[in-house]
Amino acid sequence: MCLAVPGRVVGIEERDGTPMARVDFGGVVKDVCLAYLPEIQVGEYAIVHVGFAIQRLDEESALATLRLFERIGALDEEFGDAWERAAAEVERAPEEENR
Amino acid sequence: MKYIDEFQDPALARRLLDDIARTVTRPWAMMEVCGGQTHSIIRHGIDQLLPENIELIHGPGCPVCVTPLEVIDKALEIASRPGVVFCSFGDMLRVPGSDRDLFWIKSDGGDVRVVYSPLDALRIAQQTPGRQVVFFGVGFETTAPAIAMAVHQAKRLEVRNFSLLVSHVRVPPAIEAVMRSPDCRVQAFLAAGHVCSVMGTTEYPDLADTYKVPIVVTGFEPLDILEGIRRAARQLERGEHRVENAYPRAVRPQGNPVALSVLREVFTTTDRAWRGIGIIAGSGWRLSDAYRDYDAEHRFDVTCLVTEEPAVCRSGEVLQGLIKPHECAAFGTTCTPRTPLGATMVSSEGTCAAYYLYRRLATPRMEETASVD
Repeated sequence: MCLAVPGRVVGIEERDGTPMARVDFGGVVKDVCLAYLPEIQVGEYAIVHVGFAIQRLDEESALATLRLFERIGALDEEFGDAWERAAAEVERAPEEENR
Repeated sequence: MKYIDEFQDPALARRLLDDIARTVTRPWAMMEVCGGQTHSIIRHGIDQLLPENIELIHGPGCPVCVTPLEVIDKALEIASRPGVVFCSFGDMLRVPGSDRDLFWIKSDGGDVRVVYSPLDALRIAQQTPGRQVVFFGVGFETTAPAIAMAVHQAKRLEVRNFSLLVSHVRVPPAIEAVMRSPDCRVQAFLAAGHVCSVMGTTEYPDLADTYKVPIVVTGFEPLDILEGIRRAARQLERGEHRVENAYPRAVRPQGNPVALSVLREVFTTTDRAWRGIGIIAGSGWRLSDAYRDYDAEHRFDVTCLVTEEPAVCRSGEVLQGLIKPHECAAFGTTCTPRTPLGATMVSSEGTCAAYYLYRRLATPRMEETASVD
């Protein structure tokens, strides 16, 4: 949740009177609200945090950051299944208690 | 140098490190405010690559970590109520309340749902008009505009079964609290880049002036952090105390004006308790009077619920940079990411979790646990 991830805008539409985009984060595509960055165009990159584009970013910086996040597993943490992670933690906890 | 090959541009990293080494003539202590930066520093061993006379002190900038126990207990209470759909970011599932967590509530039959964006929670409210949908609004200035827009939309679209449990926090009062502490050793700050993407840099010059402390707005990647450290060290050596922006590709001085205007409409500043630290004046946001109807604390009557922290957990001292994680007796023994006592261990951005994950052999205590995994 703390992470802001750069992504590429691949489509824009209006929903309930609000500009929304489909944004590609290195293969994971999510709905993103453009209310705070209404001027962004398809093909441009933005920093996205909890489903909101907050600032433009140049392509080179965006791709470099995405590569880094992918390498350190940050993308999976941001977009993966939080329930699975929580369940894995609970299941493995008794091992540590019994150590 | 053990980790430098992992940097995106090892040659540039080495140049920055050499420049830092040439610049520094005396010991300096600087604080990175953001938990994301802490994580990056520990993962890439930046603190070990730096000259010995630069100490990085890890700051309180992890929203999951600083959300007070009292608010977690309120969340658990509301999530347990029949007819409630409780929506949260995934990070909050395993944060321990007084006796359970949101994951436990879900296992016990509560309708707890993880959402990526607060707008997803609003959509659930639109789709299930017979249920009360509550969103758990935690986070710093980067997250708050998203929560603000969700409630702004709820009001505009007249969605009445939607409310927020709000525990937002602000960075500048936290910096001020760190500087006013009698034990403060911090001589410069690396300010959180994406907080400034939203807020801009206008809140910081007064702080830099008042406390004679350099503040360098810094990004999250290893090279960004080295550049922030280089600029902070240069100011310290020259006896300067200015605000510098070392992350201009994502931070404009004026921030994001549209987000700021919605933030000011929906929220108003308030005193807020930080887990392990206590109340910091003006350090939080609450819903403004115009949005009071959307405040879950009032809607579910949990305003009076008050709880106390477990005494054994020293996360408050860790959050203020007063001790390092392994100086806590519970670190790596009774407190691990899978059995966390405090939020600094449960959150992936937490300082204790970062030390546990990347420095497990750094203390004798950890050698025993390393073979278990």
